[in-house]
Amino acid sequence: MDYAANLAMTLPEVILGVGAIVLMLVSAWGGSASTRAVSWTAVAVLAGACLALLGPASYGGSAFDGLYRADAFAAFAKVLIFIASGVAILLAPDFFQRTTGDDLRPEYPVLILLSAAGMGMMVSASDLLTLYVGLELQSLAAYVLASFMRRDTRSAEAGLKYFVLGALASGILLYGISLVYGFSGTTLFGGIAAAYAAPHSLGLLFGLVFVFAGLAFKLAAVPFHMWTPDVYEGAPTPVTAFFASAPKVAAMGLAVRVAVEAMGPATDQWRQIVIFAALASIVLGAVAAIGQTNIKRLLAYSSINNVGFALVGLAAGTPEGVSGVLIYMTIYIAMTLGSFLIVLQMRDDDGQPIENIAALSGMSRTRPGLAAALAIFMFSLAGIPPLFGFYAKFAVFDAAVRAGLFPLAAVGIAASTIGAYYYLRVVKTMYFDDPAPAFPKGNSPVEGGLIVLTAAFVSPLGYLAIPLLGGWTMTAARALFPAI
Amino acid sequence: MIGLTHYLVVAAILFTMGVLGIFLNRKNLIVILMAIELILLAVNLNLVAFSAYLHDLVGQIFAMFVLTVAAGEAAIGLAILVIYFRGRGTIAVDDVNRMKG
Repeated sequence: MDYAANLAMTLPEVILGVGAIVLMLVSAWGGSASTRAVSWTAVAVLAGACLALLGPASYGGSAFDGLYRADAFAAFAKVLIFIASGVAILLAPDFFQRTTGDDLRPEYPVLILLSAAGMGMMVSASDLLTLYVGLELQSLAAYVLASFMRRDTRSAEAGLKYFVLGALASGILLYGISLVYGFSGTTLFGGIAAAYAAPHSLGLLFGLVFVFAGLAFKLAAVPFHMWTPDVYEGAPTPVTAFFASAPKVAAMGLAVRVAVEAMGPATDQWRQIVIFAALASIVLGAVAAIGQTNIKRLLAYSSINNVGFALVGLAAGTPEGVSGVLIYMTIYIAMTLGSFLIVLQMRDDDGQPIENIAALSGMSRTRPGLAAALAIFMFSLAGIPPLFGFYAKFAVFDAAVRAGLFPLAAVGIAASTIGAYYYLRVVKTMYFDDPAPAFPKGNSPVEGGLIVLTAAFVSPLGYLAIPLLGGWTMTAARALFPAI
Repeated sequence: MIGLTHYLVVAAILFTMGVLGIFLNRKNLIVILMAIELILLAVNLNLVAFSAYLHDLVGQIFAMFVLTVAAGEAAIGLAILVIYFRGRGTIAVDDVNRMKG
């Protein structure tokens, strides 16, 4: 296959990479005055990368001698990643303007583009080397984003914690990679799967455990979740919204591809790890959130809880399970981005962000529209039926039950009722407590429009999307299981 | 004769020291950066040893990539450390506690 055909399959990442480099030069020349132009151009670049998925990037198959795979699974994950990245770029300029009084520096959209390119490589990786480079590109950009508010000590501390624990996670993952390479003799996913299918030594199993531990770190699944609340609280809110959406989809896509494509023959081995991580995340995410008073920390525990539910789909290890994971992540990013959009509206008259849950008291009377939207997101995150979040949980638990994992499904459903408690507490604060001072009205049409859009998607209207979503995720999941 | 096992044992010891260095160290954030480098070096030793044992170049190429990324990682880590120090005036591990809960 000639080089041009290979490049055509990697077109989304090529567009993002070139776009990031050009915009970096523009921002170096233009300074802070160019931020809004650079931001909108960056969103256009992300849209271009989405359009590039219409080409061979979504069906081309293997590129660069098996290092990279362009299939429907990668394409689906990339659409989610690029949309979430675009939202994170759009939210930032107003937030930084309000909070610091200065213009946002134009490196912000550039870093998001680089991170998006890394995430695209992660979900398309079919070789351990691509996996590692994609993961590091995403992570290194994310460390800088977490500490982007340089003068805020909490932001710097968030960046520092994210860096140290992220680097540790990469180290653990790499150690696993080195063992898998050594005992299978190859870094290609296909060859690794063959090594797991044959009688294999203990070294390969050690490699599997280390690789999954590293991935659990990136996913923020229990027991490797401890960085999440601190980083989510300290990072600037648009960055937190980004961390809670796009990198989660990328890490989940990567975990699914590694589990199914590289370690598929060892399903019985990794299923134990995934089931443990899923149950522990669901239970701890629900229980630890109860005492939180900071809305960003609450949403951090909520994200841990949600990753647990998505892992239930992976534990099934079937095409239905993978399709369930993708459905879950789609609905999850709409819910989480919507929640963080509401958090962005929580501010005092000087534009400084308020993160205390008590500040939401009586919002149903002062800002009824906003309160209704947050209530929709909270009910949906709790998985209460008429809302779309219920269907997400239904899809993963259905797959788990079909795969015969009854205890997992039973415990998961029981634990989701614990989670409902703290989501409903937020709703109770908004609707039944005495009003706190009202938040000033927002004047950003972008934020308002995105709140309406995400709220409409997770409302019962979302069920109209099921035939399309179900068909697309099933095509995506089957791309990972060529035999079926 | 020094065989593959010796290299793997040394790498495993280095890796353990690196991980312990991150968790047990209560003094200085710079030491944590050093511990991270130790982990990456352990991985490189593993990769190169396997590469020589298998007569396969991929492991050495992988090690080159790890070295490059480690350089970038150290640069970013030190940059974050510098802005942290500017804000707080300390790099003691026990002082990294603005957020709890």
